[in-house]
Amino acid sequence: MTSPSERDALQLKFRDPERGKALVEKLAHLTESLGRSPVAVMHVCGSHEQAIARFGLRHVFPKALDVIMGPGCPVCITDVPEVDEGVALAQQGVRVATYGDMLKVPGSAGSLADARAGGAKVDIVYSVSQAVELAQKTNEEIVFFATGFETTAVATAAEILRGPPPNFSVLSAHKYIPPVMEIVAEMPDTRVEGFLAAGHAATITGWGVFEAFVERHHLPVVVAGFEPLDVLAGLVRLVELIHDKTPKVDNMYPRCVSREGNVVAQQQLWQVFRPLGGRWRGIAHVPNGNLRLRDEWAHLDARRRFHIDLARLWTFAPPTLVQHCICGDIMAGLKSPTDCSLFGKECLPDTPVGACMVSSEGTCKIWHQYGGHPELTRAVEVNP
Amino acid sequence: MCLGVPGKVLEVDGLVASVDFWGVRKQVRLDVVDAPVAPGDYVLNHVGFAIRRIPAEEGLATLKLYHDLLRKQGEEDDLMAADVRAEIEAAGPGWWRDCDKPL
Ligand code: SF4
Repeated sequence: MTSPSERDALQLKFRDPERGKALVEKLAHLTESLGRSPVAVMHVCGSHEQAIARFGLRHVFPKALDVIMGPGCPVCITDVPEVDEGVALAQQGVRVATYGDMLKVPGSAGSLADARAGGAKVDIVYSVSQAVELAQKTNEEIVFFATGFETTAVATAAEILRGPPPNFSVLSAHKYIPPVMEIVAEMPDTRVEGFLAAGHAATITGWGVFEAFVERHHLPVVVAGFEPLDVLAGLVRLVELIHDKTPKVDNMYPRCVSREGNVVAQQQLWQVFRPLGGRWRGIAHVPNGNLRLRDEWAHLDARRRFHIDLARLWTFAPPTLVQHCICGDIMAGLKSPTDCSLFGKECLPDTPVGACMVSSEGTCKIWHQYGGHPELTRAVEVNP
Repeated sequence: MCLGVPGKVLEVDGLVASVDFWGVRKQVRLDVVDAPVAPGDYVLNHVGFAIRRIPAEEGLATLKLYHDLLRKQGEEDDLMAADVRAEIEAAGPGWWRDCDKPL
């Protein structure tokens, strides 16, 4: 798709070692000039953590700068009762389709994978459209167990507006990111002094959505992309704003994010969903943090179409190891995976104890997969 | 689920675009994209839906990361690469043309 010269230009613009070195030095200088340690900033996106771990960025971050992954993994914050609803439906004989990441997420009495092993019909789909296609091909009831933030919620909304077949319904566990930042900012023991907002979620909401947050909490927010240099540039700007004591929103990802965002997508999102308060696993009750179907779509709402029999799950003994899981503290920025006594021992990607070890966007899984202590692993590409 | 994947629009037919992702041709829905999309544009695909049109000049700047991630096939422990492949998989029906072809 690109010619060699274009590729070279890209190389220069995005992987320019000089630029990487300059950014790393600037970040170090700025952090030092704050005169305190550690300074904690939070990003709220699994893909940012993947980029940081995969490209070894923690290796080049200043020691005094703590870059924490917050509640940015949609699978990890899907609450236990929500997983239970999916499991109960599957065990009642309803065919449940969901994203692959959801399969092993533990509920109070097992996961969808356990239900499937017990004979329930659980299908993995890459997109809501594949779940709709599945419904078109069969007479069976298909419930799409819908998870993810605004980026996947708009896809669910679009399929609902297109008019899916009558045997299709949605069990929505969709979540909306902006309100949870308020929760983290208001936690009494929070250390977070600024947020790196996820580029692609902000593509939908626009960066203007964070202005009220900045107004209320006097914490800067910087929208950043996913290239190693994008992440570095975003952090430089964030620390700069902390240093200058000028809390504001800054957009370092203008090629994908505008102030008003994707208005067409927002219209469809709010036409189908309404915000509702609810628990995020391990975090807290998040006002307006859940997306539920509006009343006019009641006929497509699995919660209203079916009697979901949660009582049948209570005959199972609850798992005990999970009581040691500190996923919630990790997502709140208070602990890291290595503080968990189960990390890499009882809790592994194949036998996850907590939700953060399940998803490719979960902090524990990312750390485990990229070497346990990402800050010690290879620093490629941007290593000055 | 945070990471969208950019691809180049080859054809547009109503609300569906044929999009080239590194030699994989897939159908991406245009229901929620906020600007008219034409062949030659790039779109950011998220679970089978374009969530943003990226003008051609800027599209190029967005591709490098993904190119690097996709270049090394079969590294199962590379979560980010696996997520990118899953996003491409999420785009509607399509076919593999030549995965090793450069951008
Ligand atoms: S390592 Fe496992 S048990 Fe420990 S916090 Fe992470 S997900 Fe929970």
